[in-house]
Amino acid sequence: MAQAQSHSEFVLRRLHTLAGVVPVGLFLLEHLFTNAMATTGAASFNSAVDTIQHIPFLHFIEFFFIFLPLTYHGVYGLYVAFTSGYNAGQYSWGRNVLFVLQRVTGVITFVFIIYHLWTTRFSGRAPTFDMVHQLMSNPAYLWFMVIGVVAATFHFANGLWSFCIHWGITVGQRAQRVTAYVTMVIFVVLAAVGIEAIFAFTRAA
Amino acid sequence: MTEATATRTDAQATAPAKQTKKVHLIIERQDNPNSQPYTEEFLVDYVPGMNVIACLMAIQRNPVNKDGKPVAPVAWEMNCLEEVCGACMMVINGKPRQACSAIVDKLQQPIRLKPARTFPVVRDLVVDRSRMFEALKKIKAWIPIDGTYDLGPGPRMPERDRQWAYELSRCFTCGACVEACPNVNERSSYIGPFAISQARLFNAHPTGAMHREERLEALMGEGGIHECGNSQNCVQVCPKGIPLTTSIAAMNRQVTYYALGSWLKK
Repeated sequence: MAQAQSHSEFVLRRLHTLAGVVPVGLFLLEHLFTNAMATTGAASFNSAVDTIQHIPFLHFIEFFFIFLPLTYHGVYGLYVAFTSGYNAGQYSWGRNVLFVLQRVTGVITFVFIIYHLWTTRFSGRAPTFDMVHQLMSNPAYLWFMVIGVVAATFHFANGLWSFCIHWGITVGQRAQRVTAYVTMVIFVVLAAVGIEAIFAFTRAA
Repeated sequence: MTEATATRTDAQATAPAKQTKKVHLIIERQDNPNSQPYTEEFLVDYVPGMNVIACLMAIQRNPVNKDGKPVAPVAWEMNCLEEVCGACMMVINGKPRQACSAIVDKLQQPIRLKPARTFPVVRDLVVDRSRMFEALKKIKAWIPIDGTYDLGPGPRMPERDRQWAYELSRCFTCGACVEACPNVNERSSYIGPFAISQARLFNAHPTGAMHREERLEALMGEGGIHECGNSQNCVQVCPKGIPLTTSIAAMNRQVTYYALGSWLKK
């Protein structure tokens, strides 16, 4: 019968792709949605933040459903990016370029999230429209946010495509191609939603 | 008009010295597995319809480099010369492919030849592809039929499955997919796309399917299917047009079901 082999690497990889979609990806969608509240005014954003802050077991949820999977996905992702080879110079086919971009945007997003959390969640200030408005008044911060949002949404959308293959959902060539188009539409839509929210914060309350 | 005709006549009159068309090759060479690689240029006589193998044979007959200096002839591997054995895979103008089906007329000159460095280089364009054999052994790419008595005819294979399985069976272990894959490198132990496709082939066979779990276990083991990063270079370079990325995704599905199922049964 099948001899006992170590499957730890396999399990860690599968958990990495799963974590990227199920808690982390879902949280990204929720986060972009909440931020988009800013487009309808400071009051609606502040009320949305207030609702989130009154979720029961907030710290528990935050730690186990956001912080832990995000850290795992990020740190293990750095390892994946390090062990990958990069040969898009020699083989410049679209998918290989996206393979490189997936890893580049992953690293950008990792750095971005650390800075983003440091200046918001762990800054000790109340998460209000005014606080974000103040941060956005610095043009360097604003553009860093734009780059971060584009990188994160691309990494999520293209990661969905890859996830569908890793878990054996899209098997055939056509299914993979259609999924590629769909995920690129998801990227454009999510990036637009994120950028619109960023610029909503630049307007005075 | 007259001027143009005159020029052509002049050219024809002065040409005889360099009348034969030449093929310019730049070859990355290496004298032994541990020595430093170096490049050497060659000019060989053009023959209509010639392939890269014909160029290498010309160098072998007259091992003189571009500067007219005698050198050791370039070593390479070949066998069938009709793109069914896989032996002559090398990197030609930046892409791994079979030298026998690389027609000079269709290549940009100078033609750049390099060994497939994802494998250890033995000499010049000869590489050691043992790792592919090891990978095939690891995933049990065969159908066990030996026994102590006649087991009789095996189960029949549905024609519908045979048709796509035949495509997979055309793999000749040339290594082009392994060479082009970014995740086959010194930092990973990835077995390579071809091996995953072969696991699919033998799992599809009604008799081979009796050892399905062993192949899936191997694919979940070290250097297995999880090392694939979906760059999809493999399917682009495969000389036999094998749907390698479909095979990888199909095996991902088998492995997912198997992993979840076997964990729940424990």
